[in-house]
Amino acid sequence: MALASRYRDEGADELVFYDITASPEGRSVDRSWVRRVARVLDIPFCVAGGIRSVADAEEVLNAGAEKVSINSPALADPALIEALSGRFGSQCVVVGIDSRLTDDGYRAFQFTGDPARTRESGRDVLAWVREVQERGAGEIVLNCMGSDGVRRGYDIEQLRAVREICDVPLIASGGAGAIEHFTAVFDQAGADAALAASVFHTGAIAIPHLKRALRAAGIEVRP
Amino acid sequence: MTEAVIIDSGGANLASLQFALERLGARAIVTCDPRTIAAAARVVLPGVGSALDAMARLRRSGVAALLPTLRQPVLGICLGMQLLFESSAEGATQCLGLLPGTVQRLTAARGRPVPHMGWNSLTRLRPDPLLAGIEPGEYFYFVHGYAVPACEAAIAQVEYGQPLSAVVRRGNFWGTQFHPERSAAAGARLLGNFLQLCS
Repeated sequence: MALASRYRDEGADELVFYDITASPEGRSVDRSWVRRVARVLDIPFCVAGGIRSVADAEEVLNAGAEKVSINSPALADPALIEALSGRFGSQCVVVGIDSRLTDDGYRAFQFTGDPARTRESGRDVLAWVREVQERGAGEIVLNCMGSDGVRRGYDIEQLRAVREICDVPLIASGGAGAIEHFTAVFDQAGADAALAASVFHTGAIAIPHLKRALRAAGIEVRP
Repeated sequence: MTEAVIIDSGGANLASLQFALERLGARAIVTCDPRTIAAAARVVLPGVGSALDAMARLRRSGVAALLPTLRQPVLGICLGMQLLFESSAEGATQCLGLLPGTVQRLTAARGRPVPHMGWNSLTRLRPDPLLAGIEPGEYFYFVHGYAVPACEAAIAQVEYGQPLSAVVRRGNFWGTQFHPERSAAAGARLLGNFLQLCS
């Protein structure tokens, strides 16, 4: 809650809440928590975590989220994407993809919230990106697992490959450690937005400072 | 009298709008009861979902027939704004016809994904009390796959490959393509202005 208010006041453009252990634990994100955050938030709010049905999504949206993001549940039941976009419109439906380079190319991984249960889904990332768009995804968050948590920059090469085939908004995730990483992901990978967690949580990068630097680099952002 | 009612058009996601009005100190209730709506000081028509679905629900509840008779300020938001026009390409839907114009599908292009999702600033076309105190460079949050191109009812536009109607007005009917309830301080200002409007 304190973080949500802080990001609102610092000028974050969207808040994404991932309950990353929900899917591996067979749970779904806590609705009352969503409601408490939505009450104080005046920026877009996307919620993820074990949303496995239209009923789950409806409860989360009714609690005040703008969008729901599905990752492991979409891999388990791709028709869920159609069901959600048919009911709520594709603008409500974000598909998160946890991707890592393997000997077979970029592959999508499931249950990444728990290292013990993380497994390769059997899906090629580029094919999955095409499929989720056909099924009605309104936004894709590509979390590049190879760069996630190490703060050495977004995976520009992989994001660029996905950008080529992605007609819906593409959000880059994984690897932000410095301001130039954000500049690069917009300039070189053509991402529509950049998601970061640890650098903001720890205060390593202050959002107002980041936004000033992006504007100075000629990237249009809300002040 | 209730300061504002939010029409329950069947879509989810009415809570964020209700919370935004509450943060401005307004009592806002969510209803699809025509009598409650008719008696309200102000009416908000939100909408998340498809045009066809939303119009079917508004017709079933009798709200579609009621809306054209309202004399108090009415604010359509996002799909709610689109429903004020004559028709929508989304599901070839006949809409309320309170404003002249039609809703069209956005087409994706390089550097311009669809749905259009993000923060954009507006071009002001005419002064209006709904936009009082909002500076030209302020950003609002858009999320939509369909839009009303530039039209005579537009009081502000947004550029997304072509000029789109961002804020519209005819008489006591206003509409915003963006979500003021999710547009930080600028959006709160707009909603605050709406709460000052009277019949």
